[in-house]
Amino acid sequence: MNGLGLYFDVAHLLAGGLVLVSFMMLYQFRMYALLNFYAVHALVLSASVAWQALIQGAPHLYVTAGIALVFKALIIPVALHRIVQRLGIHRTIETVVGIGPTMLAGMGLVALSIGVMLPVTGSADILAREDLAFALAVILLGLLMMVSRHNAVSQVVGFMSLENGLVLAATGAKGMPLVVEISVAFSVLIAFIVIGIFLFRIRERFDTVDVQALDSFRGERR
Amino acid sequence: MNALLVQGSQMLLVLALAPLLTGWVRKVKARLLRRRGASVWQPYRDLLRLLRKEAVVADSASWLFRVAPYLIFSAIWVAAALVPTFAINLIFSWSADLIAIVALLGSARFFLALAGLDVGTSFGGIGASREMMIAPLAEPAMIMIVFTLSLLAGSTQLSSIVAYMIGPEVGLRISVAMSLVALVMVALAENARIPVDNPATHLELTMVHEAMVLEYSGRHLAMIEAAASLKLLLYVSLIAAIFTPWGMAAAGQGLGHYLVGGVAYLGKLAAGGFLLALFETSIAKMRVFRVSQFLSAALMLGLLAVLLLFVSRNL
Repeated sequence: MNGLGLYFDVAHLLAGGLVLVSFMMLYQFRMYALLNFYAVHALVLSASVAWQALIQGAPHLYVTAGIALVFKALIIPVALHRIVQRLGIHRTIETVVGIGPTMLAGMGLVALSIGVMLPVTGSADILAREDLAFALAVILLGLLMMVSRHNAVSQVVGFMSLENGLVLAATGAKGMPLVVEISVAFSVLIAFIVIGIFLFRIRERFDTVDVQALDSFRGERR
Repeated sequence: MNALLVQGSQMLLVLALAPLLTGWVRKVKARLLRRRGASVWQPYRDLLRLLRKEAVVADSASWLFRVAPYLIFSAIWVAAALVPTFAINLIFSWSADLIAIVALLGSARFFLALAGLDVGTSFGGIGASREMMIAPLAEPAMIMIVFTLSLLAGSTQLSSIVAYMIGPEVGLRISVAMSLVALVMVALAENARIPVDNPATHLELTMVHEAMVLEYSGRHLAMIEAAASLKLLLYVSLIAAIFTPWGMAAAGQGLGHYLVGGVAYLGKLAAGGFLLALFETSIAKMRVFRVSQFLSAALMLGLLAVLLLFVSRNL
């Protein structure tokens, strides 16, 4: 089927695991469990990137893996834990539609990204093709998470998981410069800080981080 | 001839071992809760006692109520005999594949639900309706697992799948891991184990399986109990055969290999029962309305496994 054997199998395992953890995040009901799964997501991402570094013989990818490990698997989840504690919102997460329809929509998105990516990238390396297909799936699942949750904190987690998908896509395609990756990582960190500040501002104004309150403030609700 | 012999001994083996597995799970659960628990042979004594007792049948029961236990028992026994336990070369596996096993289990479930409805008590009705809430999610999940495995092995026959799984070309595949998790979830739901249903209680408002069989007594109840333990044995040996096929005797091997396969099978059953008891004591039962989400997660895992396999095949 392919000439790469174990290399391909492990890459497939890790990239598929990333999609699986995205689904687990969609399935979570509790805020803390969601944050823990975000940490797992980043952990799997960093393992996947490190494996790509090993296969491609590209040492700068180890730096990317290290960034993913330190920032995304440690600092951001811990910070989000503290934000959630300060905001006092460790209750059940409200979703827009039920878990079942969200899951089905997610499956549809995965099928869509596989159906789109495999024909389009016909001539590329098989590892890159597969990584691109899974990365698009992770990105779309992150977007799905952002639209299917009312709570601003879980929307932030959705955004962060989307960014993990971008990193996966970038490592799958060979030859992305290190500068770009570092700047992407730091811009995400800055976005995270800005979002964190906004969370507290939203809470101060509206006494909640449920974004539906913003809709009614703008006069968009019936 | 050899295959026929293996098939026959396997049919008797699963029937003989099924109550022992149930007793073993109960014993381990009791020990984990620091109780002494009944002996592991207790289910055999229960079955013998039930067989000797008089069967009391409700006035409103039709003929269906009386034949359903035998139908259920025979369907599940045939299904359990189709799963390779200690040897691969079963003579029936060329005529019945994994989909046939799913169909046999589905028909057993159908008759059980009908029998629950037949007498017209409210408990039977509740049990049947809940069973039918679980079934439409558990069966597609099971079918997805079957698809994953048969895509991998290129056949829906269990012997070919097991032979593929023993072979060297399996590799490291996430689809297999996902289908393992999904199969465990489906098995928990199908056997009415703890996160879905509690096998140890009667007269609880959340019970599913026990509510349907509440009206049975005597030899009918014995058939139903035997069928329930056979079903547990079936799922444990299915998981063991597909995901831990080591030690199983292949076609044309000598008596020694069969003995090794038998000992390995006993070890797998003991380990499976222990893990089940450990899992059940460490988790709480979930609300009935969460069950659909639990099973939709299993369905999702199965679907995802098929999709990921599709990707790695099309590259």
